[in-house]
Amino acid sequence: MAAIIGPQISTLKYSAPIMFESLASRFSGAFSSLRAKGKISTGDIETVCSEIRTALLDSDVALQVVDKFIQDVKQKSLEALPGMQSGSNQANAIFEIVNKELVEILGGATRRIRMAKNPPTVIMLAGLQGAGKTTLAGKLAKFYADQGDTPLLVASDLQRPNAVTQLQVVGESINVPVFAPEPGNGVGDPVQVAKAGVEFAKAKLHSIVIVDTAGRLGVDQELMNQATNIRDGINPNEILFVVDSMIGQDAVPTAQAFLEGVGFDGVVLTKLDGDARGGAALSIASITKRPIMFASTGEKMHDFDIFYPERMASRILGLGDVATLAEQAKKAFDPNSSAKLEAKFASGEDFTLEDFLEQLQAMSKMGNMTKLLGMLPGAGAMKKQIDNFDEGEIVRSRSIVESMTPIERANPKVLNGSRRARIAIGCGRKVSDVNNLVDRFTAAQKMMKQVRSSGMPAMPNMPANLSMPNLPTVSKGSTVKKAPTKKKSKSGNPAKRALEEGLS
Amino acid sequence: MALFTKLITRIKGGTESASSDWSELEAELLQADLGPALASECIEQAKKIKGATPEESLLQFLSSKLSSKSHEMSLSSSTSTILVVGVNGTGKTTSVAKLARFYKSSGRSVLMAAGDTFRAAAVDQLKTWGERIDVPVISGQENGDPASVAFDAAKNAQENNVEILIIDTAGRLHNKSDLMSELTKVKRVVEKTLPISEVLLVIDATTGQNGLAQAKMFSSTVDVTGVVLTKMDGSTKGGVALAIEAELGIPIKWVGTGESESDFSPFDPGAYLKSLLA
Ligand SMILES: Nc1nc2c(ncn2[C@@H]2O[C@H](COP(=O)(O)OP(=O)(O)OP(=O)(O)O)[C@@H](O)[C@H]2O)c(=O)[nH]1
Ligand SMILES: [Mg+2]
Repeated sequence: MAAIIGPQISTLKYSAPIMFESLASRFSGAFSSLRAKGKISTGDIETVCSEIRTALLDSDVALQVVDKFIQDVKQKSLEALPGMQSGSNQANAIFEIVNKELVEILGGATRRIRMAKNPPTVIMLAGLQGAGKTTLAGKLAKFYADQGDTPLLVASDLQRPNAVTQLQVVGESINVPVFAPEPGNGVGDPVQVAKAGVEFAKAKLHSIVIVDTAGRLGVDQELMNQATNIRDGINPNEILFVVDSMIGQDAVPTAQAFLEGVGFDGVVLTKLDGDARGGAALSIASITKRPIMFASTGEKMHDFDIFYPERMASRILGLGDVATLAEQAKKAFDPNSSAKLEAKFASGEDFTLEDFLEQLQAMSKMGNMTKLLGMLPGAGAMKKQIDNFDEGEIVRSRSIVESMTPIERANPKVLNGSRRARIAIGCGRKVSDVNNLVDRFTAAQKMMKQVRSSGMPAMPNMPANLSMPNLPTVSKGSTVKKAPTKKKSKSGNPAKRALEEGLS
Repeated sequence: MALFTKLITRIKGGTESASSDWSELEAELLQADLGPALASECIEQAKKIKGATPEESLLQFLSSKLSSKSHEMSLSSSTSTILVVGVNGTGKTTSVAKLARFYKSSGRSVLMAAGDTFRAAAVDQLKTWGERIDVPVISGQENGDPASVAFDAAKNAQENNVEILIIDTAGRLHNKSDLMSELTKVKRVVEKTLPISEVLLVIDATTGQNGLAQAKMFSSTVDVTGVVLTKMDGSTKGGVALAIEAELGIPIKWVGTGESESDFSPFDPGAYLKSLLA
């Protein structure tokens, strides 16, 4: 084993899936000491900015973008601070500046594909090898087919072994025809295929044509020319640059090479179901000024969505994709109990065993846990619990909780040995089962504390009614929702707790 | 390189390097995807370097970050089994074919196993490679159990005294625990018949710091013994592989430099480290 690189990863060898300290926690860490000082000085801002810088670099944001970003944040912070009284207000203000800046770079509003006045609308895909173009072609086709369009897929990747077959299989699985006159594997002219494909689509009245092309490197002039020839041959309405969200600092030179080489109108980020922090998104959007239009989030054809800048901003900030999770949760929750819980949390009541049970039930309804997990802030801490999750568990847990007195449910700390023994008899289970439940509850509480102490800020531009009980409440607009006035510390509601603890 | 030489000349001339020089060097290192931690450690070291051969000193420092484990393949005297793993699209299938060709041209008997039963046309892709480089491929049902393909391949390799068995696997993101445990199963099943000589993790050189996360997870799941660093023919320097060496002690063993079967060579530490500073 060679020497350790840096303090922030040295303790995490082979361990948690959360590899990097999130920006949010670095940020709040830096500020918790500042708050004690009262006012934040220029020097303090420098310190915080250099922490943000490292965090952004760890998230693979391109260096030049990072430096410009830091400069802007610094300047805006310096302008904003004098008008504010307390250090904690200033801290909130800076977090807001960072978040707003991120969303702005990521494209503010999303754009849809421009449809041709005279169909078919021609969409051409371009990108590096292995970016995920072929899969994406299928997803895009399905996306439009589901909306009543009649897409055609064109197999112009004649380079990679069996790319053509792959597109055919994909097309078949989503019931979209594939135009593939050439076998590929080095045989056939991709420019001719693309042209013929568009002609074919016109003749057969397809409303959309999606042209898959071979992967190519930005530095490969010959292949870049070929892409230009395809473009000139088919006159696409949109050229989409498909890019792997795990890409590092090469995002910028590559995006620039494609922009200069073949040009593109929009960006698609793939493999967003991974745990990459999405720095590429920020870099490419910032450098090319082209909007990120779609997000590809899995290997199945329906793992595809419109890109939401706010969600990516919170992902880069290490907050998890709360909005998407909240949407899923909304679908899964019983609206009544969900509303009840929301009201309860809004009034500042603590997280109890009852709430825990309700959450377990709701989670079991959400299905595909592993996928949702990645969206959770501090997901790693809870992963084990959810992996080991089974339905029978809920029934067992319920019977145990139901054997508790209201006092015990509200405050499990009172559960001493004799109480536990009584509960075990009451529900016909072993004391160890009771212990187990209490332990898991405590772990969940602890997990929430971790989320809270990482300084969960309010997130702008998300409807408040999408909030999930154990996730931060989100506020409308970019204004910060004020905590209920009752100054009870250690609230069970992470959002409220975060508010109490100062960071928004 | 120009920058580095500039720096070096200053150091040699005894003049203090301006802070702008250091931030330029830092920029180079960051742009090579070394990551902020390793890059700043490098700068700290570079600042301390004095004497006539500063470039060598910095290279020496970088090479001290390489894994102490061997960068060569460790093959067995009977059948050597190589399992190839990684996230989607990094170049696994291509690397399987490149490895097969490499060993075949050194006169060994080689067998490939199409363990990606999941992705559309992945089996055909490897079969096409098999025809191209004239190496047999063991495959099973599409959407079948990858472990059973691997098992068949291991049996076949054993019975026919094949010297090198290379198993392709489906791309999987390291944060998907179900897919990761599938990989554990493939490995376990093979090991019932044959010991596994190498588990190679394919890392795309364009990958940023997420490469570390990939290496950690794959390593803790299937004990990765080496890295194949692909797509080094692009504009990237693949610095995350050095971070992987330094942090996890996993040696880079191969480098891919193109789409054809011959664009492949054993890892050359000197050339790699030099290119990081170029
Ligand atoms: N330029 C370049 N391209 C490469 C290299 N290695 C692989 N590729 C290309 O990268 C793309 C993906 O390669 P594959 O071998 O299919 O990757 P994989 O990891 O097997 O992909 P999945 O099985 O889909 O996860 C193909 O277009 C390859 O030709 C390399 O060293 N350089
Ligand atoms: Mg493959």
